[in-house]
Amino acid sequence: MGSDFVMLSLVPMVIAALAAVACALPGNFLLLRRQSMLGDAISHVVLPGIVVTFLLTGSANPWAMLLGAGIAALFSVLLIELIVRSARVEPGAAMGTVFTAMFAAGVLGLERSGASGVHLDVEHALYGNLESLIWLDANGWPSLADPKALAGLPPELTLLAAVTAVVGAFVVALWRPLSVATFDEGFAATLGLPVRALSLALIVVAAMACVAAFSAVGSILVIAMLICPPAAARLMTNRLGHQVWLSLGLAILAALSGYVLAGYGPLWLGFAGSVSAAGMIAAVSGVILGLAALTGRHRRRTGSPLSTPADRPYKAPNA
Amino acid sequence: MIPQRQIAPVASLTVPALSISGLSVAYDDTIVVGDVDARFMSGTMTAIIGPNGAGKSSLLKATLGIVPTLAGHVAFFGEPLDTVRNRVAYVPQRAGVDWDFPARVLDVVLMGLYGELGIFGRLRPSHEKRAMDCIARVGLTDFARRQIGALSGGQQQRVFLARALAQRADILLLDEPFAGVDAATEKALVQVLHALRGEGRAIVAVHHDLATVPAYFDHVLLLNRRCIAEGPVATAFTEKALAQTYGARGAAHA
Repeated sequence: MGSDFVMLSLVPMVIAALAAVACALPGNFLLLRRQSMLGDAISHVVLPGIVVTFLLTGSANPWAMLLGAGIAALFSVLLIELIVRSARVEPGAAMGTVFTAMFAAGVLGLERSGASGVHLDVEHALYGNLESLIWLDANGWPSLADPKALAGLPPELTLLAAVTAVVGAFVVALWRPLSVATFDEGFAATLGLPVRALSLALIVVAAMACVAAFSAVGSILVIAMLICPPAAARLMTNRLGHQVWLSLGLAILAALSGYVLAGYGPLWLGFAGSVSAAGMIAAVSGVILGLAALTGRHRRRTGSPLSTPADRPYKAPNA
Repeated sequence: MIPQRQIAPVASLTVPALSISGLSVAYDDTIVVGDVDARFMSGTMTAIIGPNGAGKSSLLKATLGIVPTLAGHVAFFGEPLDTVRNRVAYVPQRAGVDWDFPARVLDVVLMGLYGELGIFGRLRPSHEKRAMDCIARVGLTDFARRQIGALSGGQQQRVFLARALAQRADILLLDEPFAGVDAATEKALVQVLHALRGEGRAIVAVHHDLATVPAYFDHVLLLNRRCIAEGPVATAFTEKALAQTYGARGAAHA
């Protein structure tokens, strides 16, 4: 735990934790709005956005990538809406069509673009490149107070820290409108809340988190972090505030323990080398969700109405 | 007899709690509510009745701006909704929300105070006490800290009414408040609504059970895409009007 740790492991661990927090926060509301699939879709369409940005600008600047991927995410949301309305298919089917097609287009573009020369290839798109985000200028803990060394931090860290702050501020500032509109959109509208704008803002914020996390940790981890920690937390509590805090704790737990397990797990089991940190973190969050499903106090679903009032038979008028 | 439409005398006493004129609602080029005129006075309780697909819920939602209107004008206490929102409460259909949401009864009732508190207003113990009073009024005190998904249908409907009570509104619009609730709950809800009417508030409810209309309500609006009849139960709730409302659906467009 010395200079090696600061140089090789500290930054990836912080980035993993930030990515986990940035995704889990909006993930809570997507989950309760039954829009988890939308997060899945957004995290996939980030790839074509990044590839197109690279082709247009020729650089791998993370801020340019953020913008390009954000545009792709919004484009996909519009496309999904368009397909649902014009073809009248179920939203899940429209999402599945859009995000697989766009992701596949991104893969094809990647193969042909030569972008793989700058750490952009299919493997990175899926698993990210967490382990390579090292802090070369670091020389032990004192580097944390050394402006020169700090200037050498990977740009992904700054990007994720900024996005996590924006996502956090969004959820804190709009906590009441978000929670009312998520539970009862019609009632929220009668309070004068702009429910459609809120719903769109949530998607934009989730897309930002996905995009920022994607370049560092890949799409698999983005999906896992959007859904697993909130879903596990939902099973452990019946209050929204508690659920969100718990999901953040679980997200950080998965990020840190997953990173350590990926680095040392194989060694402890007697194998050489290590495994993908992003893959291990996603696996750990899956295990956490499984444990919550088996032991969570609030895993039972009760009281949901089985039929809508519209299904009730009418009494004959003045028979 | 339906009262003849005349130019209303300008006096605050006669400003309706809700007045709707020429309201039309359409979904995807299909008109679901056409050209409805209606007035709802304070201290009255009105049932909106009509067959399935008559546009009852749509009328309520359009009045509140939840669904867009094609044409028409809506005024609450003579003002546009935006300026008097905190005098208006809406109780949606119970089946319209996901009761699996992580909230307790108290949390949902506190949502009734959000209009007053705003986004950042501090929730004080006095607010919680007010919410608990509303919960007591619908007989759910022992359930205040239960998760809403653990309640029966009737209890969930009581939660919604308690939330509306917390809003201290002068007009309540309820969408099928008695749908799928037990007899005891129906009785309790009617009692609370009658008390509110006694306080001079206006109640408007989408209702299904024609047999209970005269006992529960004093006014009716018979709706089948358009307004068939409107007025006091004694004069508007007639066999003829009902036959017209529930008769051949095509009659609405004849």
